[in-house]
Amino acid sequence: METAENTFQTDRKALAERLKAILPAHCLLVDDEDLRPYECDGLTAYRELPLAVCLPESEAQVVDILWTCHQLGVPVVARGAGTGLSGGAMPHAQGVVLSMARFNRILRVDRLARLAVVQPGVRNLAVSEAAAPYGLYYAPDPSSQIACTLGGNVAENSGGVHCLKYGLTVHNILRIRVVSIEGEVFEIGSEAPDAPGYDLLALLIGSEGMLGVVTEVTVKLVPKPALAQVVMASFDQVGKAGEAVAAIIAAGIIPAGLEMMDKPATAAVEPYVKAGYDLAAAAILLCESDGTPEEVAEEISRVTAVLTAAGARDIRVSQSEAERLRFWAGRKAAFPAVGRITPDYYCMDGTIPRKRLAEMLAAIAAMEKKYKLRCANVFHAGDGNLHPLIMYDAAKPGEWTRAEAFGAEILELSVRLGGSITGEHGVGIEKINQMCVQYKTRELEVFHRIKAAFDERGLLNPGKAVPSLHRCAEYGQMHVHHGELKFPELERF
Amino acid sequence: MRLSDLVAEMIGAAANNEPLRIRAGGSKDFYGGMLAGKLLDVSAHRGIVAYEPTELYVTARCGTPLVEIEAALAECGQMLAFEPPHFGRATLGGCVAAGLAGPRRQQAGGVRDFVLGVKLVDGRGLVHDFGGQVMKNVAGYDVSRLLAGSLGTLGVLAEVTLKVLPRPRAEQTLRFDLDEGAALALLNEWGGQPLPVSASFWSAGQLWLRLSGAQAAVASAVARLADQFGGQTVDGEKHWISVREQTHPAFAGTCLWRLALPTTTPALGLDGLGAIEWGGGLRWYAGDAVPAAVLRERAEQAGGHAVLYRAPESLRCLEGAFAPLAPPLLALHRRLKKSFDPQGILNPGRLYAEF
Repeated sequence: METAENTFQTDRKALAERLKAILPAHCLLVDDEDLRPYECDGLTAYRELPLAVCLPESEAQVVDILWTCHQLGVPVVARGAGTGLSGGAMPHAQGVVLSMARFNRILRVDRLARLAVVQPGVRNLAVSEAAAPYGLYYAPDPSSQIACTLGGNVAENSGGVHCLKYGLTVHNILRIRVVSIEGEVFEIGSEAPDAPGYDLLALLIGSEGMLGVVTEVTVKLVPKPALAQVVMASFDQVGKAGEAVAAIIAAGIIPAGLEMMDKPATAAVEPYVKAGYDLAAAAILLCESDGTPEEVAEEISRVTAVLTAAGARDIRVSQSEAERLRFWAGRKAAFPAVGRITPDYYCMDGTIPRKRLAEMLAAIAAMEKKYKLRCANVFHAGDGNLHPLIMYDAAKPGEWTRAEAFGAEILELSVRLGGSITGEHGVGIEKINQMCVQYKTRELEVFHRIKAAFDERGLLNPGKAVPSLHRCAEYGQMHVHHGELKFPELERF
Repeated sequence: MRLSDLVAEMIGAAANNEPLRIRAGGSKDFYGGMLAGKLLDVSAHRGIVAYEPTELYVTARCGTPLVEIEAALAECGQMLAFEPPHFGRATLGGCVAAGLAGPRRQQAGGVRDFVLGVKLVDGRGLVHDFGGQVMKNVAGYDVSRLLAGSLGTLGVLAEVTLKVLPRPRAEQTLRFDLDEGAALALLNEWGGQPLPVSASFWSAGQLWLRLSGAQAAVASAVARLADQFGGQTVDGEKHWISVREQTHPAFAGTCLWRLALPTTTPALGLDGLGAIEWGGGLRWYAGDAVPAAVLRERAEQAGGHAVLYRAPESLRCLEGAFAPLAPPLLALHRRLKKSFDPQGILNPGRLYAEF
């Protein structure tokens, strides 16, 4: 793997001495056995041991750690709960992992202003729990919300089932407090509707820990809908289900959630959660409506009419909160359910225009034959975000390599169909080669310049998210004339 | 005007180190810092490139008039949900570059929330494609949204892809007689309840409230608010256009300040308050009775900022349109500007005098 191992040469002892002067003993891990739990995030296929793990408890310590690393030229990888699926928090062999786990306090919930000020290590679901007594909640709900942290959500611009109606993280954050690699503290965004200057909030959210370290987050809270109900529809053709999704949108309905599972996915899930899915169907759709009881009744009746016209073979509407949760239980448990029927699986995260859904699923079916691996599909149908789960057995020689190639082909097809290589998991280390497919040299150069504007020495999370032009050239997606790279002054990591 | 013509103009300007003033409809010439540089008229680079109602996006060239885009969307029952002002002949490029949203901002979000992708010509004449046409794309830094409100200082937004939304099925307006403090208190209370409030406007003792959404939801909210708070149902269509276009008398005056504040900021008690929008988050002060420094300080103390929105040239030169940036942020802005426009030829001084 190409990272900056050759660029960074850290004196482990000197680094440990400096960090010991900043942090109390219980906040610093340097022994291999203590570092082991940090060697990967949710993408376990890639592992690396860092030189040290810092667990700061105050912003002043974060400032000192970053300043020190900047001075010594040591790479820093910030980390939340480590639930990321693209290796964004995989350590650097010559660097420090900066765990924000101890920044776990909710500082303020303001009912009237409808916002919460939280530390980055606060779990996503904890914010909604704290806001619940006021009838409010935090809308973005990644599937890992019980464990994932707000800081990680900001770094990855996380999504979830509610994105279609309520937006991604970028639409729900008002302000962040950031420490630069040079140890400078600044705030971007505001509790007001906008802030002066460039929209740096948009730039920082989803920047995968490459531009700064977040020490405080102000999130927008929204009123909890009085009622939510879900319609479950099954189809005997995947293409019909895809057309039904388009028909719902065309009818002017933006559901609170619109999710799809194919037959292999329901087959894996049903014995596990007994959600009552139609196992004979080629695909099922879950369409949630939320709002006042009148609003929900109106929307459900319109959705039902659209689904009927689109050729659904069976339609069921949840009649109680318990039933609604049971319908969702299968979708939410899809990953662990697939985990039960295969030793390993590889979850992809491409986004495509909705109208290309059937085409993509047909292509994936062909790839299953080509790579001799099975694949189950669950996805956010409303926004075209696919999560193919490629099943493999890491113990069998060659299977992981085939799974990886299978995943790469799906992503590259996503780009060709007019979509993106990631909808919510980020690029991390996982999709770094596919960035060379999604973007041309020019855009990648701009990304490198932006990176340099925040982190001139390239110390924050090196080797992630934005590939070096050299890497793209090796991946064969870029033509480098006579081996000359443009902008030689920019660091390539 | 083709993209290649635009690129050629940019390369020529870069070669001559010649500052450019990017302009299409010119409807927002009043906004921001001073206009400087040779005119780069992009109004002829126009036309809708793609519109997919079921995918919820529209892609159009920068010189396309907003009215043209909105007419196309209306045919399919859709809209630009941030309800941008037209000020006569606003175009898509200027709309995104200025980042100004209208009354629906409080419910739907601002301009940046709807930007999905851009085709950008930077200060070297290089064409870049950032973002795309899908709702979710988190690959690479989100440059597309960074460009919303950047006032053309980072490049020409040759093409923009925006997310669009269905028009609400029902819409009703209520009017209440309330003083400033009572209106602010109620707006914040209502904001925390599941009410379909899509716009609010307070001026001179009257609060206007627009409710949008499903038929049943609007009808029940209107009944409840009328009953509990004495709101009267009124025909709001012309009113909301006058707010969006700022032709309402509350915006009149030689000098107009725009204060973006936390919605819960109490009445500032300043002489010359014109109007309150966005549930209390946006306050307009007309007139020049309060010195600029005082307004800026008051806004900052409240956790917001003040923009000298519309003013005579002399005052804009003296005060600058936008609130000054903290030193680390200004340094970042300068470095970002340099990375897109190394020679500093794009709309110099339009955002900040420093670049």
